[in-house]
Amino acid sequence: MSIVTTSSEANGNVSAATARAAASAAASAPQPVTFAKALNTALRDAMNQDNAVTIFGEDVGVLGGVFRITDGLTAEFGKSRCFDTPLAESGIVGMALGMAMNGMRPVIEMQFDAFAYPAFEQVASHVAKMHNRTKGKLPLPMVIRIPYAGGIGGVEHHCDSSEAYYAHTPGLKVYTPATVTDAYRMLREAIDSPDPVVFLEPKKLYWSKDTVDLEALRLEHENKATPSMEGKAAIARPGTDATLIAYGPSVSTAMAAAEAAAAEGRSLEVIDVRSIVPFDDETICASVRRTGRAVVIAEAQGFASVASEIVARVQERCFHSLAAPVLRVTGFDVPFPAPKLEKYYLPSVDRILDTVDQLQWEENA
Amino acid sequence: MTQSEQRHLSDEVSSKFGISVEDYMLPARDQIQMIDDNGALRPAAEQGTEPGHAYPIPGAEELQRGYEQLVIGRRVNDQNSALVRQGRMAVYPSSHGQEACQVAAALCLGEGDWMFPTYRDSVAVMAKGVDPMEVMTIFRGDWHGGYDPTQYKVGIQSTPLTTQLLHAVGVAHAAKLRGEDTVVLAMCGDGATSEGDFHEALNFAAVFNLPVIFFVQNNKYAISVPLSSQTVAPSLAHKAVGYGMAGERVDGNDLVALMSVLDRAVKLAREGNGPLLIEAHTYRMQAHTNADDATRYREDDEVKAWMAKDPVNRMRGFLKGQGLLTEADEERIAARAEETASYLRDGMNSEETPDPQDLFRWVYATPTPQLIEQSAMLADELSREEDGK
Repeated sequence: MSIVTTSSEANGNVSAATARAAASAAASAPQPVTFAKALNTALRDAMNQDNAVTIFGEDVGVLGGVFRITDGLTAEFGKSRCFDTPLAESGIVGMALGMAMNGMRPVIEMQFDAFAYPAFEQVASHVAKMHNRTKGKLPLPMVIRIPYAGGIGGVEHHCDSSEAYYAHTPGLKVYTPATVTDAYRMLREAIDSPDPVVFLEPKKLYWSKDTVDLEALRLEHENKATPSMEGKAAIARPGTDATLIAYGPSVSTAMAAAEAAAAEGRSLEVIDVRSIVPFDDETICASVRRTGRAVVIAEAQGFASVASEIVARVQERCFHSLAAPVLRVTGFDVPFPAPKLEKYYLPSVDRILDTVDQLQWEENA
Repeated sequence: MTQSEQRHLSDEVSSKFGISVEDYMLPARDQIQMIDDNGALRPAAEQGTEPGHAYPIPGAEELQRGYEQLVIGRRVNDQNSALVRQGRMAVYPSSHGQEACQVAAALCLGEGDWMFPTYRDSVAVMAKGVDPMEVMTIFRGDWHGGYDPTQYKVGIQSTPLTTQLLHAVGVAHAAKLRGEDTVVLAMCGDGATSEGDFHEALNFAAVFNLPVIFFVQNNKYAISVPLSSQTVAPSLAHKAVGYGMAGERVDGNDLVALMSVLDRAVKLAREGNGPLLIEAHTYRMQAHTNADDATRYREDDEVKAWMAKDPVNRMRGFLKGQGLLTEADEERIAARAEETASYLRDGMNSEETPDPQDLFRWVYATPTPQLIEQSAMLADELSREEDGK
């Protein structure tokens, strides 16, 4: 049996100052970075800033996670800070809860969306309720990272959109970033949060790139130079005719649809929800009141979904501003399909544009 | 069943082998190993067998049949890995190096017995008689499963870990309630033994005294995590004892030993002696899947050391040494293996596109009005796309 060990494992933690100096030396001009790299850097920076931040899960150690989000962390911080557990999701979440009770800030990885289901008992019954059960005596700062959703041709149980289960469970915060910058900033915020955060990472975005200065983001975050993103949606693309509301993996599809609509002379605003719980009624409703029309886009099955909740909230709050009912483009109410059928399931640009066409425009009213 | 009744059963088995209940439940001191790395029969004293753990060498015909399946299994693994590299298949978790476990699992079962495989057990599923193309559906990306479990008595290959062990327990319980003598083989890997469902499955099977054989292929890694980070138990076979069942460990690259140990386990289970746990020591020669980079977590030397224990070579050496394998046999077997490989190649190369309407077809036995509506919506969308072309 050979386990690769490194000198830093033997020596324990690399000092924060050393690591930071190395990081700033490496970071000069902003460069194209992947979503995965932004998450990896966020974890590294959080570990440097706070010794209580501890990472564990399946294959997060030497391998660096199956998506390499924890790449290099064991080598840099040692096995006490980033380690592999036995293969047991309920065990990972339950142990994280106990560690959070006892002064740590665990950040755990669930490897794949559907593999988190064995841990659902711990998440729904305990992580979500501990603060409430203890009348606020026990805050639970922990992050449950879950790579989720499809678009990568994965086999079964590797492509579920499980956000509704978590969003439906009071006591959990639910974040899902859609840009490289947000990946960094939202993960840092999730780790700092006194509440348990289910941090949903759209798998299909892991290899997407953007030119981002990660060191500048670190300084901004650590100096609290930017307002909190929790419960704050972003206007990903301004527009005037209708609002597309999307989150996580669907934001890029919504952006592409808006681009296509612009070519046809229709100006669509795209909202990136970012934080599903808490939910930003304000930004979203302000947009819908301006445009008078809205379509909610999500990859998850539509029935009893986060998309349903968004439609209801917008309808309740913006009824008098609406020129048309708020519509949805979601996955069908079927299990996430095998790779060869995925394209028929996922919300597409065409499906979004067709739905936008149904918003009772005057020219076809 | 009361505790005294359970105790009685174990007493019965232990007296059958002339040992105490405790000795019956504990695995033999060493793994059962009948042939060495070169395929030579080991001296009886070195086979790991001891009183109560004696295993006869299976009959010549059974061994020959096993070897044929072994060669086919190797060819299937290599062919499928090639198909993945050629982009014909989405993913294939290879069992290269573990073929002896795969073959023994399939051959120890009778006609009416069930198997519950994992995603890595495609070769076992084929050896149990499932059409190879039907097995490959899932990895080709057409559907989440490709065969009828009730037709073949093989559960759908499970992607989540360990969940299928409880299904195996349920199938065994149903058979027992109906008075059938079905045996169920429940397969998992070393990593899976850490999951909560593993505990629940073993305990249920033991408490209800069910004919389930838990067959753990300990291939030393759960993706990147080595066994030493998975458990500190003396062996995975020892895990059986706490549940009140017998455990045994066997060389998972020694087909002779595997067939013998599993044959006895099936016989004991069928006779109503309750569940057993068999741990096979083997090695995953290739990466977890094509998406994995095994060089990140294990050394070449370790992989090379396991090459010397290759199950196919060992079995060939053994059969030749025993005069049970002629040149003609080898040619015939190689031709059979090539037939299967070319069947898989042809199947994969004929590009069949699944019908998009399949999305809605099998969600419920009785479809909901919502699904009928969504199905019509997709049909409309696709017909407009067709018109637009």
